Amino acid sequence: MSGHIVDLFGYSHALMGWLMARAHDAISGIGSGLAGPAPPVADGLSNMGAVLVAPWFITLQTWLIAVTAVIMWCTAVNLLLMMWMERKFYSRLHDRVGIKIGLTSMGFLANIPILGRLFTNFVKRPSHLGTGFLQNVADGVKLVQKENITPAKADRFTFHVAPVLIAVSTLLIFAGIPFSEGFALMKEPNADGLPSNPLGILFILAAFGLAPIGILIGGWSSNNKYTLLGGMRSAAMLLSYEIPLILSIVAVVVLTGSLDPFEIVRQQTQGLGEAMPPLSFLPGSGAAPLYIPNWFFLVQFPAFLVFFIAALAEQERIPFDLPEAEAELVEGWLTEYSGMRFGLVFGFKWLRGLAGSALLVILFLGGWTGPALATPWSIPTDTGTVPILLPPQELWFMLKVYGVFFLWVWISWTFPRVRIDQILNIGWKKLIPLALLAIFLSIALRLFGVYR
Amino acid sequence: MWINMGPQHPMTHGLWNLKVRVDGETVVEARPEIGYLHRGVEKIAEVREFHKVVILTDRLCYVSSVTWSHAYCLAVEELMGISDRIPARGRYLRVISNELQRVASHLMWLAAYAPDLGLLTGLLWSLRERELFLDLLQALTGQRMNQNYPRVGGVRNDMPATFARDCEKVIRHFHKKLEEYEDLFERNKTFRMRTEGVGVLSKADGLAWGVTGPNLRASGVDYDLRKLDPYDAYADLKFEPAVEPGGDNLARYLIRIEEMRTSCDLILQAVKRIPEGPYRIKAPRRAEGTAFRRTEDSRGEALFYVAGDGGDRPYRVKIRSPIFCTMSAVPTIMRGEKIADVIGIMGSLDVCVGEMDK
Repeated sequence: MSGHIVDLFGYSHALMGWLMARAHDAISGIGSGLAGPAPPVADGLSNMGAVLVAPWFITLQTWLIAVTAVIMWCTAVNLLLMMWMERKFYSRLHDRVGIKIGLTSMGFLANIPILGRLFTNFVKRPSHLGTGFLQNVADGVKLVQKENITPAKADRFTFHVAPVLIAVSTLLIFAGIPFSEGFALMKEPNADGLPSNPLGILFILAAFGLAPIGILIGGWSSNNKYTLLGGMRSAAMLLSYEIPLILSIVAVVVLTGSLDPFEIVRQQTQGLGEAMPPLSFLPGSGAAPLYIPNWFFLVQFPAFLVFFIAALAEQERIPFDLPEAEAELVEGWLTEYSGMRFGLVFGFKWLRGLAGSALLVILFLGGWTGPALATPWSIPTDTGTVPILLPPQELWFMLKVYGVFFLWVWISWTFPRVRIDQILNIGWKKLIPLALLAIFLSIALRLFGVYR
Repeated sequence: MWINMGPQHPMTHGLWNLKVRVDGETVVEARPEIGYLHRGVEKIAEVREFHKVVILTDRLCYVSSVTWSHAYCLAVEELMGISDRIPARGRYLRVISNELQRVASHLMWLAAYAPDLGLLTGLLWSLRERELFLDLLQALTGQRMNQNYPRVGGVRNDMPATFARDCEKVIRHFHKKLEEYEDLFERNKTFRMRTEGVGVLSKADGLAWGVTGPNLRASGVDYDLRKLDPYDAYADLKFEPAVEPGGDNLARYLIRIEEMRTSCDLILQAVKRIPEGPYRIKAPRRAEGTAFRRTEDSRGEALFYVAGDGGDRPYRVKIRSPIFCTMSAVPTIMRGEKIADVIGIMGSLDVCVGEMDK
């Protein structure tokens, strides 16, 4: 499993370097082809060309491309995919087919002058025969077209800032989350040349913790009783589930001795018996026939349970969606938001779900590791050749992430909503003791030298 | 802080307003405001002929039309003195249509109650089975809602030839689905957390405020007019009305599930024992005097008081709506509950604004 072929920065750097070199050639070539003295503009252009290939400029461009790639990967690919998967999945739970708007629903495409010929058979078909993937796009387009209403008595500044704060903090989480060894924004080689991000988990948690503040000020500034109640509920929930969430992560951090997501995943690649020498009778210690990897949900089941439940509350899914309990508080703290401001916050809930399940997979389910088939091909890189593995790490990671996400969707559509005092009880009386138990378990494993 | 739960609020399932004064999340005081949907059915009835009022009483509760028209027809028959001349087949058909409507109404209640607690799956599931009962009603009466089926003197039409077989098929299927509901609802820990011990209506309070029907039986009072004051063919049929001692949301849920089972049982008995013969007699047009008749509606005791002055129109029609009376017990039930439970409690009481505001 050593080495990895996808390298976000490597690719971005190579792409931008090549593009800027071409641009440099094109610009500096303008003046040279002319007869006689070069016009003054050519000087400026060649200076500009020099800037284009300057290392600092290419680094800047690389960062821009890498950040954009991660944002597009999260929003344009994963957000739409997850919304679609959830809607289709709960439709099946409801015993119905669900959304069916697809390309075939767009009969008007046939009216485009020349290209329309490609779509002529669409108009002949019933419109609702697609897979439904375009439904969420259509919903987004509708929300963009709607008017953004600010209530007259709302606190305008905070009212406008709240959705931005939530959206930005949600995107910020993905800066810290690695999707594989190579596909990560925050990454640097450590002393052994392996990718690392020494304080990654801390950063992810900090970004996670910002959104409830946005909910609180959004609910308060709307100057509406329902939104106020919703905002207050989110503040109360923040205390009751964020603490067990963090404590359950502390259990893993104590066990691994690292806040580095890459390191945590690396420790999960060894076998169960390998990781705990005194318990080498466990499978996965080399000679044993059955190989069970040291995924932390086996070692740290209490912490896994706490994280699983607290993350459900983190993304406001139904058993714990009190801040926007639509039956009692209309739409909770979102009541006064309209248009894309509503859509932004509403849609980014799925991104928080993605971040939650990605974090859960990194911490407890072995991250991007999984059985991989080696292929005879390999590609050369700066540090040597890297074998091409099938399937790639990203695929394993996303499979696990979607698997966890499906479990959450399943839970949220078969459970009623709990009451505010009940979630506080669950948080303080059940989850926190369980998380403390997990921490003591970790300490014991380390103290008695069981774990490595 | 006063919060308006209504008139446009997901809680209301209709058009009414519940003003709630809260201290944090706890309800201190609740004030129902009703009357938004008052259509003056009692007054309009005075200018219509006896037989044509049925179409108004159908619209009293759009979820449970047949039971309401049926109650009116019983009262008018009493007034005209033809109660004992109603043919037996007509009586059985009335029982069948009433019980079909009761199951459909209770399923609509379940469909509304589930999303009140945040369980949208329950909505889709119960509407799925309600469709089957609406199909049966459609086969019997020709309509899915506002059936206009009972007549003064019997029912409008006979049942189709395959009706008994269809009923058995649907009910056999429905019994299996009821077990699925139990898995989804009462065996779910979260559902029990939200319903057990919430919104307790004590036996004494229920009786004092005039609560009737499933809501009263959930408080442990065995009060079912089909048993206590039998009308139509109910005296011939064997059934035990369900009673639950709890008085909380869970008891109100359990009682309705159990009532659906009882109703299915009654339908099966009725389609087996239905005699041949006419299903309607010709009723007189004019009537004089006063009469009243009470029936067990899907939501409680429905009472019609009809007065005639010898003409072909009622002189006065008075309707006792069960939910109108139940609503007066709401402030008592609400006190000290959480805001989230306001929705759960109101959902479990099965409010139908059409009949409440008349």
